[in-house]
Amino acid sequence: MSVREQLIHDLKVAYARLWVRIKGGNREPEWLAAELIIPILTLSAYIYIYKMLNAPAEFAGFVVIGGTMLAFWVNVLWNMSAQFYWEKETGILGVYFVAPISRMAILLGMALGGIVNTTLRAAMILIVGTLIFQVPIVVYEPLTAILVFFLTIIALYALGMLFASLFMMYGREAWHTASLLQEPVYFLSGSYFPTKFLPFIVQILASLIPLTLGLDGIRKVVIQGERITNIWLNVVSLVIFILILMPLAKFTLNYMENLSKKEGRLTLRWQ
Amino acid sequence: MQYSVETQDVVRIFKAHDKPVTALDKVSISIREGEIFGLLGPNGAGKTTLIKILTTLLLPTKGEAYVGGFSVVKESEKVRKIINLVSGGETPGYGILTASENLWFFSQLYGLSFSAAKEKTKQLMKDLDFEEYAKTRMSKLSTGYKQRLNLARGLINDPKILFLDEPTLGLDVLTSKKMRGYIVDWAKREKKGTVLLTTHYMAEADEMCDRVAIIDRGRILAWDSPLKLKENLKENVIMKIEVSSVQADFGFLEKMVGLAGCSQTRSIQTDTTTLKVIARDEQVLSVITAKLEEQKLKILGVNKAEPTLEDVYISLVGRGFEEQEAHVSA
Repeated sequence: MSVREQLIHDLKVAYARLWVRIKGGNREPEWLAAELIIPILTLSAYIYIYKMLNAPAEFAGFVVIGGTMLAFWVNVLWNMSAQFYWEKETGILGVYFVAPISRMAILLGMALGGIVNTTLRAAMILIVGTLIFQVPIVVYEPLTAILVFFLTIIALYALGMLFASLFMMYGREAWHTASLLQEPVYFLSGSYFPTKFLPFIVQILASLIPLTLGLDGIRKVVIQGERITNIWLNVVSLVIFILILMPLAKFTLNYMENLSKKEGRLTLRWQ
Repeated sequence: MQYSVETQDVVRIFKAHDKPVTALDKVSISIREGEIFGLLGPNGAGKTTLIKILTTLLLPTKGEAYVGGFSVVKESEKVRKIINLVSGGETPGYGILTASENLWFFSQLYGLSFSAAKEKTKQLMKDLDFEEYAKTRMSKLSTGYKQRLNLARGLINDPKILFLDEPTLGLDVLTSKKMRGYIVDWAKREKKGTVLLTTHYMAEADEMCDRVAIIDRGRILAWDSPLKLKENLKENVIMKIEVSSVQADFGFLEKMVGLAGCSQTRSIQTDTTTLKVIARDEQVLSVITAKLEEQKLKILGVNKAEPTLEDVYISLVGRGFEEQEAHVSA
């Protein structure tokens, strides 16, 4: 198979997996309501606390954008990282690994499907949150906002791909690890408050999470009206994250696949 | 001669908590092109382990395995292009998608064009008689139809070599028959491909397979055509003895000279035990009946039986499948 044929095949596989995710994700609309209402309730609680404390109006904006971006983190964690674990439990992982496909194409399809579905949900959270709480939006460079948003999403899903390959080999540990990662990232990424209030050492640790840098960049551009010259460090850091995480995910996936086959854990269920 | 499937002294050892477990012990088989080859053995015999190695899902600890002439370890990409695997009792896809949507999805893993995928999906659903469920969500299909969908998925890429791991597990008699018939048609009449089938249903192996390998505790004990395997027992006497007790101890049979093997099937409902004995010498039977009478057991019936693949297994291992499975799980 030539490089071109291989590429077309990989894109077909990625598209098919994307299609499954979109089709499946939207076939049960009751989930849509839950995914919209629950984040709105959570961010409402934070906004009312800030209002009670007479915090500046821009804090509401911080919370709405934080809540919007958290939808992606939840998706990355549960529908991307832990996905191979679910596929293993249902027996579909074996089908993937018997087929002549690139595993990265499957992960790419999952990621793209997740991005499309979550962007729709996140956009609804953003619109509803902004309208209800009359969030002041000051954007001078919409393209910069879009750039930071996409870099954040790509870095997040690259992290998801890396986790997916780690979770592939494990059983219930995958579930626990995802739970363990959820809340600390909520906190460290400053989803509902600016991370500048955290101790310096914690801020350094938090900046190792792509979501923290992305959130900070998007908030600066959308709420504080800052320009790319003021957030270039966020942009460069996110690009570095992507350049490291993508090849690392591919390497880890190959390594874990080989190790799983050696230890007989690739299709071993109910571990 | 190049075989479709060939293994040379394949060993697979799994690490366990207390000691390593040898799932396959120097397994060597060769399967010709266009052949339906059966691996027959009880649960835990190593059938699925061998299939997993041949379908590149597991690495062998030692030995070599080739599929379509390609090494499953060094050329796994090439192997995957010419095979497919169907496992009994497995979920055939995503529950939220319909049967036809699932088939379309799996067709894309093999790079089928949109029109080819549509045509192939339609054809397979027609051949396997579940066209009317094309738009039914997979999660709502019955076990039988799920397995038809699973088989259709396995054939979506027209594999040269199809691996079937207990394909009729848990299916009713009619669906099993339909599936068996279709697989034989696919492999034989249309001369499409080679099939490696694992099963612990004797009749299935007998009905479908050109050749059968009997596997037990990771070792191949015998392999030949079902007819020849059974012919090897022609010089023995096979008897079924029905005894009026479900609890009696038949331990004396294990030490009996002149007995090639025996199995016991106990029925709680009728409070009876059916002994199947394979004797090298007809006189052994009179010794057995005498021993049973000594234990004051009522003999309800004695019938001579034609050799089956189960008898081949009993003669090789010394006991039947059910006792072997109980022994393994203990």
